Amino acid sequence: MDSDKSVELRRTPLHALHVERGAKMVPFAGYEMPVQYPSGIIAEHLHTRAQAGLFDVSHMGQVALHGVAAAMFETLVPGDIAGLAEGQMRYTLLLNDEGGIIDDLMALRDAGGALRLVVNAATKEGDVAHLNERLGPKAQIRLCDELALLALQGPAAAAVLARIVGPRVATMPFLSGVRFRDLYVTRSGYTGEDGFEISVPADRAAELAGRLLAEPEVLPIGLGARDTLRLEAGLCLYGHDIDATTTPVAAGLAWTIAKRRRESISQRGGFPGARRILRELADGPPRRRVGIRPDGRAPAREGSAIVDPAGNLIGEVTSGGFGPSLSAPIAMGYVARRYSDPGTALAVVVRDVARPARVSPLPFVPTRYYRGP
Amino acid sequence: MPTLRFTKDHEWVRLDGDTAVIGITDYAQQQLGDIVYVELPEPGSRVEAGKEAAVVESAKAASEVYSPVSGEVVAVNEVIAGDPAKVNADPMGDGWFLSVKLDDPKAFDALMDEPEYQKFVAEQG
Repeated sequence: MDSDKSVELRRTPLHALHVERGAKMVPFAGYEMPVQYPSGIIAEHLHTRAQAGLFDVSHMGQVALHGVAAAMFETLVPGDIAGLAEGQMRYTLLLNDEGGIIDDLMALRDAGGALRLVVNAATKEGDVAHLNERLGPKAQIRLCDELALLALQGPAAAAVLARIVGPRVATMPFLSGVRFRDLYVTRSGYTGEDGFEISVPADRAAELAGRLLAEPEVLPIGLGARDTLRLEAGLCLYGHDIDATTTPVAAGLAWTIAKRRRESISQRGGFPGARRILRELADGPPRRRVGIRPDGRAPAREGSAIVDPAGNLIGEVTSGGFGPSLSAPIAMGYVARRYSDPGTALAVVVRDVARPARVSPLPFVPTRYYRGP
Repeated sequence: MPTLRFTKDHEWVRLDGDTAVIGITDYAQQQLGDIVYVELPEPGSRVEAGKEAAVVESAKAASEVYSPVSGEVVAVNEVIAGDPAKVNADPMGDGWFLSVKLDDPKAFDALMDEPEYQKFVAEQG
């Protein structure tokens, strides 16, 4: 495991709970985090798809924007933020001037026009610096270190959370948020399952996690299963599947570009990198993120070369491993555009051997988001 | 009577005459976690002491299995190729990887015996 021992790892408010539960702790994005509990990654993954899993995602950045910062935030992303009603949230992308992705995040409209963002752990300080730089010195931007974040994911999540927080959570639609006293609950997640993320004051987080874990359907889930769950759901991992060199179009995230914001390159209030991104939308990107199913059992990991059937290099795997729900290897990667149609035959190079594979539609496992009663 | 030896890379090797059966230890499977794939050498191929003989992949990562001894591969365990979780369930038994006809049975004696290996594991923390 790579770690710089000279850097003190940070701990989340649930650290003691993880250790007590027998978690294997590893360094991740500057934090000491549970990669798995004694039951193991596959059992944790399958439990989340069957019942409910509790994830500590307190390492992620919760950023509050008020006033002008909230009003101006839309200028830094391609999504429709101005159109978010109170309690509505959206997945969007912080873009650089070349149209590359600085971070992917969730943005939610809070009371009084404020925005609540959830950004990646490894990028949170950089994101806040970027927001301060672009939105000006008077911008009200705050990284909320006093808050922890729990995710409760899986088909039993709504019934469990209704018992703890109140019946109203059960009918919240996907990508909505509601305040419950000192909690802010959103119906969202990173597993492809129905579920919630719960923002909670750090000093109350362990107590809430304990109450959730006391429910019979709930087990704690580590980062290992979080990764296999999101990979099966076809969701990007920042720094791997997307980064400052990938555009939303190449990443298959063009759906995050609001219709209102793609109408004209020259329109005022365009987004960073709009010229390149709108051109890629019109002409197609040179390369495209795809799902990959190897024919055999060998997993193709991040960094594996992707070749055409004749052996010519056409791309690279950006995430890959074993999908426990499919009991088969799965991967995502970028390939030259003409190889990106589902069903296209290609090969992944693992330990110097080209192994036949096919482009697969994403997600690998159907998502089960809650759209309403 | 078969005798058991161990390596610092957490392989075990059981000697029976001039044939050595090789696998990974219980400590190794615990460290790896859920094993999802194994890649085994071709019977008839050669393995060299300290060199890669097989690959084992967990849900998280790929790792090499080094051969503790040099010789010719006489058999591989196809059962674990089809059901890699067997390595987690019974690493010292049904989860064996390969068997090798030794070039030099004396090389075996240089490896750790069980008490030495247990001491080594205890030192790993």
